[in-house]
Amino acid sequence: MSQKVYIAGVGIISAIGNNVGENLASLKDTKAGMQNMERLQSVHKDKLPVAEVSLSNEDLCSELKLPNHISRSALLSTVAAKEAISNSGINIHKWRTGFISATSVGGMDKTEDFFTEFMADHPNGDLKNVVNHECGAVTEITADHLGIRDFVTTVSTACSSSANSIFLAARLIRQGFLDVVVAGGTDSLTKFTLNGFNTLMILDSQYCQPFDENRRGLNLGEGAGYLVLVSEKVAEGMNQKPEIALSGWCNANDAHHQTASSPDGTGNFLAMKGALKKAGLKPADIDYINLHGTGTNNNDIAEGTAIKNLFEGNYPPVSSTKSFTGHTLGASGAIEAVYSVLAIREGLIFPNLRFETQMKEIPFAPVTELQHKTLKNVMSNSFGFGGNCSSLIFSKVIG
Amino acid sequence: MSRIIKMGVAAAMEALKDAELPMPDAIVTGTAYGCLADTDAFLTRMVEFNEELLSPTSFIQSTHNTVGAQIALMLHCHHYNNTYVHRGSSFEAAVLDAQSLIEEGEAENILVGSVDEIIENSHTIISRFGIYKESESNKLLNSGTNGTMAGEGATFFVFSKNKETGSIAKLEDIKTYYKTNRKAENIIHNFLMENNVRVDNIDLIILGNNGDAKTDEHYNTVAQHLFGGKRLVGYKNYCGEYPTSSAFALWMAARMIEHGKKINDETSPKKILIYNNYKLKYPSLYLLSAC
Repeated sequence: MSQKVYIAGVGIISAIGNNVGENLASLKDTKAGMQNMERLQSVHKDKLPVAEVSLSNEDLCSELKLPNHISRSALLSTVAAKEAISNSGINIHKWRTGFISATSVGGMDKTEDFFTEFMADHPNGDLKNVVNHECGAVTEITADHLGIRDFVTTVSTACSSSANSIFLAARLIRQGFLDVVVAGGTDSLTKFTLNGFNTLMILDSQYCQPFDENRRGLNLGEGAGYLVLVSEKVAEGMNQKPEIALSGWCNANDAHHQTASSPDGTGNFLAMKGALKKAGLKPADIDYINLHGTGTNNNDIAEGTAIKNLFEGNYPPVSSTKSFTGHTLGASGAIEAVYSVLAIREGLIFPNLRFETQMKEIPFAPVTELQHKTLKNVMSNSFGFGGNCSSLIFSKVIG
Repeated sequence: MSRIIKMGVAAAMEALKDAELPMPDAIVTGTAYGCLADTDAFLTRMVEFNEELLSPTSFIQSTHNTVGAQIALMLHCHHYNNTYVHRGSSFEAAVLDAQSLIEEGEAENILVGSVDEIIENSHTIISRFGIYKESESNKLLNSGTNGTMAGEGATFFVFSKNKETGSIAKLEDIKTYYKTNRKAENIIHNFLMENNVRVDNIDLIILGNNGDAKTDEHYNTVAQHLFGGKRLVGYKNYCGEYPTSSAFALWMAARMIEHGKKINDETSPKKILIYNNYKLKYPSLYLLSAC
């Protein structure tokens, strides 16, 4: 049961790039992905900036040879999952391979189109647009495209969804249920989520400023991220044995409020503490935290306070890469897991963009410039509605 | 609180009370459609009012993890909480996660369940695919015509690592497949072999017949090939067809075993096999025995 689970490959698509290379270049060049809404058709178009993936549905469909009624969530998912597999160099069909995805909106982008016509008159609305509404339907489009059948499932715990898919993958590999798992998540921008967050009054009409005293809220983003997790046996057989493993994880619940975090971030604290315990690490062993850091008043104070309490005296460098990608909801845990792996692989700490003023309540500030540093253990936080809090720890494996 | 949350919370609380477990080590929920009524309410207003004058309540409650979250909130449960949303295998994913948590040593007593609701619009839309028909529940199964009846429900269980005094039954094994090429007979045969069980040892087989001619034929063929002379029952005449209905079958099997223990009758089932195959894409198997 002590067997390690290695990260053999990563794939990503976000507002700052259509693949791993482009994402890394944007992170290094501090190029953020927010701008005025172009693709999403909303009445809030000129008021609320978003972080959209640059490729259109038509571009994505023709690249993937998928029909154009497919949900954007599935298209993004397929691009990133395919990249993760090719990045790993593994022939997934040789092994017992699973696909564990996560999403919060599923096929809602197409359901919105359907619903407008359906509401006018119930026999109206093209059923093609609603057939993939379910979260699981989005996962299946990608799984079928990749030819993965040994185990396919979908997690949905709002903004922590894809962190959960990653540790489930690790557990199932450790227990010998699967050899290889492509795990992560996807979410596309929809009017549903844009308006939902807008009614909660937590969207920033400017570019977001996570962990800043004067932060105003979050910018929504879209994208997908996947990791290829493999067993020790699969790792041994690779040309080059992977150097990064998922060493710790924990899922805890804040049990405070359906959408708001508790003031002292109880759930966040428990998730980080549990992940350290699972990895057998002390707070001082963590070299960098990729924050959940949405930029909302509530999240950043809760997460900041939890870090203050857990890491007292050993504050590691921290930053929120949501200042680049916006908040990609169900995809954010996986996108940031990919960034955490890249941070270790490249020896980089990514900056927290647009930080100006120190938060009064916490004694540490986020990293504001790209840092080159050897990293051994990186923590990635993902917290969501329903009090769902998950933390992952990626570690460089010696020998 | 919307209806699906009430259903889910009620079933969860009943399971916890029954198990005399005040605080589970984990809460794992499966739902294919999630909170449809709240999703529908927010979507409707968004379209009607052209994205203006919306209230956040229905959006807040529309996320798929709302039921699991509300249970945690009511119990003040800070432990593991996860929600699976994979169509006809959402409940199976929750059960597998619970099993894996126990194996990993991360939890010993776990609240596991599933919940799905019917709303007017979802029924209208799904009906347009030609899946449902008018029928009476007691005439549903093997009716020989196309279509089934919509169902819904919330079902929760407490899974424990160790046998407790109040334990109702033992879940020997569970297996689920995704769009497999293998024949149902082959899957079931292997499942029984892996568990060292012969068909002769099984007292009752619960099948997922749903009244749709093609679907019923699938189950009936399997029964004919593998289960000749065995006691067979359906369950969708009680709960209708929905993606997480296998949880209802598992509940029914557990109650039958519990009842059999109480009346101590030799003919009461002590080993039950459940085979459901939602939309003939998600075959799932459960083996339950008296403990």
